[in-house]
Amino acid sequence: MLKIESLSVNYGGRSPRRVLHDVSLNVQSGEIVALIGPNGAGKTTLIRAVSGVIPSQSGRVRTNGDDFHSLNPIQRAKYLAVVPQAVSLPPAFTVWETVLMGRTPHLGFLGQASSLDESIARGALERVHAIELAERRVGELSGGEAQRVLLARALCQSTPILLLDEPTAHLDLQYQVSLLELVCDLAHHDKLAVLIALHDLNLAARYADRVALMVAGRIQASGSPREVLTAELISKAYCLPVQVVKYPFMDVPLVLPGK
Amino acid sequence: MKIRPYLFSLVVLGFALMLSLAVGSVFLPPAQLWDALIGHGTRVPDAILWDIRLPRTVLVALTGMALSGSGAAYQGLFRNPLADPFLIGVASGAGLGAVIAMSIQWPYSFWGLMAIPIASFIAGLLTIFIVYSLARVGKTIPTTNLILAGVAFSSFATSLTSFLMIRSTGEVRRALGWLLGGATQAGWTAVIAILPYLLIGLVILTFGGHALNLLQFGDEQAQQLGLNVTRSKTVLLIAASMATAAAVAFSGIIGFIGLIVPHVMRLWFGPDYRRLIPLSIIGGASALIFSDVIARVVIAPQEIPVGIVTALVGAPFFLWVLRRAKNQGYW
Repeated sequence: MLKIESLSVNYGGRSPRRVLHDVSLNVQSGEIVALIGPNGAGKTTLIRAVSGVIPSQSGRVRTNGDDFHSLNPIQRAKYLAVVPQAVSLPPAFTVWETVLMGRTPHLGFLGQASSLDESIARGALERVHAIELAERRVGELSGGEAQRVLLARALCQSTPILLLDEPTAHLDLQYQVSLLELVCDLAHHDKLAVLIALHDLNLAARYADRVALMVAGRIQASGSPREVLTAELISKAYCLPVQVVKYPFMDVPLVLPGK
Repeated sequence: MKIRPYLFSLVVLGFALMLSLAVGSVFLPPAQLWDALIGHGTRVPDAILWDIRLPRTVLVALTGMALSGSGAAYQGLFRNPLADPFLIGVASGAGLGAVIAMSIQWPYSFWGLMAIPIASFIAGLLTIFIVYSLARVGKTIPTTNLILAGVAFSSFATSLTSFLMIRSTGEVRRALGWLLGGATQAGWTAVIAILPYLLIGLVILTFGGHALNLLQFGDEQAQQLGLNVTRSKTVLLIAASMATAAAVAFSGIIGFIGLIVPHVMRLWFGPDYRRLIPLSIIGGASALIFSDVIARVVIAPQEIPVGIVTALVGAPFFLWVLRRAKNQGYW
């Protein structure tokens, strides 16, 4: 499980600006926690700080008693894998080469993959339904395919914790749903602890076990989707009047903009 | 591990080596060459081979290896297809160091020659330090800043080198001339002087292939995948600069090899740096040997500077490879 304890992060050198204020959040194994909030609220910053690529001013990130700050990048990459926001990937690498790079923390001195590494990579590609893409170049992939490949690369790391930064941005509806179904399966079936930043409130409502609402670098509210996705909290956070109704065929809230 | 790219490159290198040993003012046919190599030759071919052609060929091969290997590494480190040993100023800085060392300690003894690569290595490292400090913003080093600072510093160092050479007189000037034009007469001493830097640098780069692969995904993803980004970049940068400094110490500025050979290898054999670095090293040796052979024979008995050949023959060859490339977006 992932424990974030009063994490604070500053940006900027000479006149630092605090972008995360005392953020505390737990993600249990087998649970999906969705991070929601308006643009600039600090969702991506939180994911970057937890993954250790930007320094934090105070607070801790722990798992099973290990403090992440005391771990080196290899040890950290064995605990925690990140699916980054839609990024430009080096186009000449093949999907297979890219996914195998997820095995980095487990490889030996020369970075040569063993047959075990290869079978894990094959399994990860099958899991995301992308095995037929293996020989393709990353530069030729569509947005949905690239996102699945990045998820497969993260799965290759064989970590107990998975962080995803808006993986459904730029994806069509069917890819959004299939990706999140897969993430659900990873949490509920494989017992991963999943922290996922989502900008789509209704996807968060539908797929997350718990929701954390971030506003201006603080966790404003956290709890079940029904506790957090209320007209009052969302209207205030997004400075926009909203209505919350019941999802037509499921027992989760549905957020609609407008009065 | 795919073996065929290596076999192909090694066969080409073998052919280049034989050609370079056979061709010159006196042609040594294969049989005579072989006899001389295994020590069964007569006196004259022996002397030509062991005292003149072999040290020259080895020096040229080592220079080509260092320039292409470090070129491939710089391209990977900066994720920039235009990067080469000259881009961030290391080669020019190292060249300046070599010229300073040469001009203050004429005439040359054995140890005097050994000091030249040391001076160029130190100057190369100083260059990185200066360029890095100039390019730094807070704790990060934006690639654009690094390249701009490198290009600016490179011009500065080149001008200073030219100034030193114009100011020099008599013996020193002639010595600078032959050393920078390719130290063909320095013989085995030059080879021994640069070998340690070159070997250390290239071995580290060869082991750095996986790290370079990860860096192609950006620093952030590389670190999330388990790479110690700052340490890897520093080690690789120093290793590439060691190799560059070794190449520049006795061969002066030989453009194009460090830029083009890695691209040709990438077009032919793919972007995987675990393969690309060793293949660029082998290919760089072949490319510079072929260029040197052409430089020797075109207007024999005169020689033309090898740097002219690398660009004159290298540019059309590269454009031909690029044109034929079937893979779009090979970079």
